[in-house]
Parts: sequence; C-alpha cells; structure tokens
Amino acid sequence: MEIIEILLTVSFWAAATRIATPLIFGTLGELICERAGVLNLGIEGIMTAGAMAGWMAVYQGADLWTGVLFAFAVGMIFGLVHGIFTVPLGLSQHVTGLGLTLLATSLAYFTYRMILPDVPSPPRIEPFQPFAIPYLSAIPFIGPAFFKQTALTYLAFVSVVVVGLVLYKTPLGLALRAVGENPAAAEAQGIDVYVMRVGAVMVGSGFMAIGGAFVTMSAFNAFFFEMIAGRGWICIALVVFASWRPGKALLGALLFGAFDAFQVRLQQALGGDIPYQIFLMLPYVFSILALIVMSRRAAYPKALMVPYRKGER
Amino acid sequence: MSETREPEDIVLRLRGITKRFGALLANDAIDLELRRGAILALLGENGAGKTTLMNILFGHYLADEGEVLIADPGGTLSPLRGGSPSAALEAGVGMVHQHFTLADNLSAFENILLGTQSLARPWLDRRSARHKLDQLMEGSGLSVDLDAAVGMLSVGERQRVEILKALYRGARILILDEPTAVLTPQEAERLFETLSRLVEQGLSIVFISHKLAEVMAVSQRVVVLRAGKVVADLATDETNAANLAETMVGRAIPKTVRTAMAPGEEILNLNKVCVAGAHGRLALSDASLILRQHEILGIAGVSGNGQVALSNLICGLQAPESGSVILHGQAIELGSPSGMVAAGIGRIPEDRLHDGVVGDMNVWENLALEDYLTPAFSRTGFMRRGAARAHARRSIEDFDVRCPGPEAATRLLSGGNVQKLILARVLTRGPNVILANQPSRGLDIGAVTEGHRRLLDARARGAGIVLISEDLDELLTLSDRVAVLHRGRMSPAMATEEVTIRQLGLMMAGHGTERTAHDAA
Repeated sequence: MEIIEILLTVSFWAAATRIATPLIFGTLGELICERAGVLNLGIEGIMTAGAMAGWMAVYQGADLWTGVLFAFAVGMIFGLVHGIFTVPLGLSQHVTGLGLTLLATSLAYFTYRMILPDVPSPPRIEPFQPFAIPYLSAIPFIGPAFFKQTALTYLAFVSVVVVGLVLYKTPLGLALRAVGENPAAAEAQGIDVYVMRVGAVMVGSGFMAIGGAFVTMSAFNAFFFEMIAGRGWICIALVVFASWRPGKALLGALLFGAFDAFQVRLQQALGGDIPYQIFLMLPYVFSILALIVMSRRAAYPKALMVPYRKGER
Repeated sequence: MSETREPEDIVLRLRGITKRFGALLANDAIDLELRRGAILALLGENGAGKTTLMNILFGHYLADEGEVLIADPGGTLSPLRGGSPSAALEAGVGMVHQHFTLADNLSAFENILLGTQSLARPWLDRRSARHKLDQLMEGSGLSVDLDAAVGMLSVGERQRVEILKALYRGARILILDEPTAVLTPQEAERLFETLSRLVEQGLSIVFISHKLAEVMAVSQRVVVLRAGKVVADLATDETNAANLAETMVGRAIPKTVRTAMAPGEEILNLNKVCVAGAHGRLALSDASLILRQHEILGIAGVSGNGQVALSNLICGLQAPESGSVILHGQAIELGSPSGMVAAGIGRIPEDRLHDGVVGDMNVWENLALEDYLTPAFSRTGFMRRGAARAHARRSIEDFDVRCPGPEAATRLLSGGNVQKLILARVLTRGPNVILANQPSRGLDIGAVTEGHRRLLDARARGAGIVLISEDLDELLTLSDRVAVLHRGRMSPAMATEEVTIRQLGLMMAGHGTERTAHDAA
C-alpha cells in the first residue's frame, strides 16, 4: 500500500519529470537522426560534451540561455562530424558513433581540466530555477507535478510538439522521413539526400547536447566526470520504445523517469535488507519489459543504418 | 522516312550519348527522337543499355559524351543539365523505375507530395495538392487510395502512384522502365489503356520493354538497342514481332518445341496437402499432384492463390499441416531446405535476387551455395576455393552467364544472368525433381528461350518439373499437363492438348472446375 501512496504524491511526479527532461531532449535528438536514416551512437558523448560546454560557458560569465545555445552549437559540431563520416563517406554508423562517444567524452573531460586545472571541489554556477506556469500550475495534482519546473523542462515539452509538427506537417519533415525510408525515392524527387541527412544529424545532436546541459545547468549546478551515466544509451532504447514518434518519446521518457524516481523512494521505504543495487536495477528491468511489450511491432525507418550511395541501385 | 517533321513537334532529342562503366561501353553514340503525343518503344535485351540511357536522361548518371535536348512548353529545344534528377524533373521529364522508388511506410499521398513543395515552407499544403490529384486521377483514370501506406498497395497500384507522381510534377515526357515486368496481364492491359489516354492528352512516352507483343500494341515507333548501339529505328506499323525479335537479339530465335515423351515412373506425389498461410488461413488446402519422370507439370493461377505455399513446400521452406509428400516412393523429411536439396530437388525461386542468390557474394560462391559442404567443395571444414572457382568457370561457360568472371559480385549481374547462374547451380546437380517458380518473369526473349531449352533438356534427361507460371503461353508451350490453383485448391491436372487458354482463364477465376462447383454446392 505504501507503494501506491508513493505513486499518488505530487513530489514523486515532479521528480519523475525532472529525471525525464534530459531523456526527452536526448530521445528527440536521436529520433531526428534515425528518422533521417542515421543511427547516432555518439549520443552519450554528445550529451557529456553538452553538459560540460553549457556549464562552462555560464561559469565563464555567460548567461544561462547563452550557455544552452552554446551547448546546442557544440552538439551540432559533433553532429557534423558524425554526419560527414556516415553520410557522404558512408562509414559504419555503429563504429563512428561509438568512436564519437569516446572522443566527445574525452574532449569534454580534457577541456574541463585544461580550463580548471586545480580546483579542489567542483565549482558551482547559479542554475535554472523552477517557476510555476500561470493557470497550468493551478490544475490540481498535474499542475504542481509538471508545471512547477525549470525553463528547460518546459523547453523540452515545447520541443516535443515542435518536432512532431515539423515531422508530420511540413515539407521539410516529409523530406526528412523520406530520406530515412527510401533515399532513392527522395532523390528521384529532387531532394538532396546528403544535405537532409547531415542536417538532421546536426540538429538532432544539438538536441542531445541540450539534454546534457540540463543535467549541469538545471538538475545540478556543477560538472562531474561520469555524470551523464548512461542516459544517452537509455535514449537509444527510448527511440525504439517510442516507435520513432515524438509523442511516444515523451511518454517513454516520463515512464523511465517514473521508474527511476520510484526506485529511489522504494529504497527509502524498503531499504535495509535488500541491497540498494537491486533498486538501481529496477528501472532498466522495467524498461526492457516495456520495450518488449511496446516495440515488437515497431516499424523501423526502412533505410535506418543503410548508407546511401548516389547512382547505385 | 518520307514524312516531314515539324521541328517543334519534337519534345526530346538525344544526340551521341555515350556512357562507359569501366571497360564496358553501355551506350555507344546513341541518337534518339521523341515526338509529342507519341509512344516510343525502346526495345532491347537485358544489358543492351536501355536503362542506362534512360538513367542518363533522368540525371541519375552523367553521360561521358553527347547531349540531351528537351523542348520547353513552347517547343524550343534546349540542352538539359546532366547528372541532376531535379533538373530533369524541372524540364518536365518523369521516370517510373522498374524497381519503384517509393517509401513503403509513407502514404501514397506523401510519396507524391515529396519534394514538390519548398522545404522552407512552414507547413505542407495538403488541401490544394489533394484537389489537384483528384483532378489528375479523374482525367487519367489512375485511381489509387491516396491515404494507404504504399507498402500496403498492390504492385499495380504502386505503379499508378509512380505515374501520378510524375504527372503531378507536370511531366510532359514520361519514361516507363519495363512497366509490365511486375504486372499481371490484367494490370498490364489496364496500364495500356491509361497510357493511350495520357498520350491523347499530349503526354509523350518512352516505353522501355523487351516484350514484343506489348511494343507492337502500344508504340508508334520502335528504337532497338543492342550492345549499347541503336540497331534499328522504325515505325511500328512497318515491322512485325518476328523481325523485331531478330533485330533485338541479333540472330534468329529458335522456336521452343516440346517433343512428346512417354512419362516415366512417378517421382513426386503430394496427397491432400494443407499448408498454412497468413492470418490462420490455409494457403494450400487438400492439394494433390503426381509428377512423373520426363514430364513438366504446369501450375496456372493468378498470383496469390497458393503458389508461394506450393513452392515453399517443395523447396522445404514450409512444412505441411497435414497430408503426405512422397518422393521416390518414400516419405521425406519436410520443412528442411537442405534436406530437400539432398533429396535431389532443384529449386528455381520466384524472386531470384531475394531468394535465389546472395547478392553481395561472388558468382563462384553463389554457384557453390547448395554444395559447399560436399567433398567436391570442402575438405576438413575448409572451402576448396580452387575447385569451387573451377566449377564456377565451367558453369559460366556452359550456361553462358555474362559476367566479368567468378569473382564478380552477383548483385551486379543483370536479371537474365542471375537466372542463368541459378539454372547452372540447379541443373549441374542433375536433380530429379525441379521446382521452377516464374522462371521467365522479367527476362528478355534470349534468356527466356535459353531457360526453356534448359528445362526441356532436363525433362529429356528424366527429371520431372513443376512449373509455376502466370504466363499461360509459357505454360502451354512447356507443360505436358496443367493444373490450376485457385484459392489454395488445386484442380486435377489436365493434358495440355486438351485445354484451351480460355478454359484455363475461367478456372483461374474460380469457375469451371468440378471441384469448385462441388464446393459451391
């Protein structure tokens, strides 16, 4: 019964939303890349780089939004690297992506140490503060849970809507989906497959970097090593869970956030006899189960992971 | 030609188009003219350079030499920038590829809309596009469910989407690459009606084909390509099918003749076999057949009536739900492809690129694919590459597989040569039972006659052949007996001499068999 009480508290859902926010950005970013046919396993590294870049910009005196923009730009640059390797050069998306994760992570740590060679404890910044959205936050239960968050969380919600609209309601979105489904068809209709794909990977990577920046600029106020802690990999699974749809991506991220918030509370409620690692494991177990239930019939973008070579058919 | 041409009547002119792929001269100084409102047939065997030429016209390839001139709506010819599909689209050229370029998960509507509106536009204008398409569909008689995902549409419907796509973009010249290769006879008939309607409305069409009957029926002019060169440019009514066939192949075509032969022992017996299909239905129900040596048993039927299940059963890809399969008087292990191969069954699959070969492997590897574990090709767990290559070289020569050599990647071979490769693999093993599923689909006359000759040779040698085909002429030419599949039920086999095409047609539509009459009662 304790368990059900946990699920009914506002603070639980507020925490779930907070945990979900970087996942929403990361999943959207990955979704954009994959809809264009490019798997981006650089996500873990790009989120780390975004976390470092955004935080560092603010620490060096920029304001918070400039920091977010800077993180986005850094993400786009890494996206450009991934895009060039995988699209015109047609290299393995797996290998390039994993390499990019190693590169971006290491570069982030290296840069951090270069700029701050000897700080005893991680320096702090003044992070984004939660604020209530008028009217929406007045809705009972839902209001305080979802609409007393920081600006980046609201940005994540808005991004879901915007990405959904762009994908399904604009010529650009149609072209993006087409290059991920059948690049030859897109080219026969006069669309430049390379430009579309590289562009999508860049924008998607920018979103990932903002997801990383949320961790250092909103959830916490400092940058630590290993702080992204596998969030990127979760996003890869969430994209499949979401069947490549932005709305479902939001749902999946919130669900994972809820699992994670739940295990923390469960540790407090049932802690003692059971090793805490068991609780840490739970969200991942639930995610795998959810993936099995939700994604068996998922329709992959047909050209996902298939490099497109012009003139070859 | 005595006729005088108005210069403004010409909508497309190719001048001296030359294209090389490495050492291969795919197009050799080709000249061609297309007049407004005409259908020009581009005839040639596989590999003659038809598709290459059209890909140059549409901008997929860049010609090494020569130029493409296209008339603007006013009739003035101007050169087309090469190597850019969007330039070709803009100049009013639309192309329907043999392998459709449609995205399966997108709707027909989205496929047509793709790339027609500026990417900077903030939203898709669906309403006016819809309106324009409705008018187009009405005017051309091409009707399609626009909201269905393309993957759900039949092949004929997908082709209509492709044509609509071109028309929607305002194509004035339409290139159709082997449009009937994938169509049933009825769908092809419907396509021809549509084309004549479109031509009346002022569209000009280049119709690529190797089917003579079609070319004679739809075109006003025929350009024949052979080995990359134009070998004839004629008005269709000044020639005939036999003449065109010789021009295209470059030699006289031997007529396939089946000599009567006394059937030998019974080698394959299916008795009341049921095979599961999709959605819990039976794809094959209570099908019985008897195949004897020295015999070709034809299976007629509209595709989707159980041919896949029958083929899968005999290939060992599917095990039956009930019923017995007896090979050489013995019940055999079913549902095992390698078991079927070991039992002496030769398989010529319907989708030769998908099920017949591994495209990314070499020719010699594909040729050894059914025997790689036998001592001839492997020893102590290692491939005997030398032996396999030597075998491949022999097969390439015996079966005239046109390829650079045993090391060539199989996916680069033309359809006819892939089929020869499969025939080589199957027939050199000397199988007793051969399953040939649509062996001539998409092949040119030369390759078809060659395949027929090989099958008849195998029959003479003593093999029994189950020939599944939608082409009734082929069935009646080759088969000793014919049975009809309709909704998973198989009619009793009838001697070919005693049936007519009309009768078969009726049975294919579900009329006229005792069995269906009985079922209906």
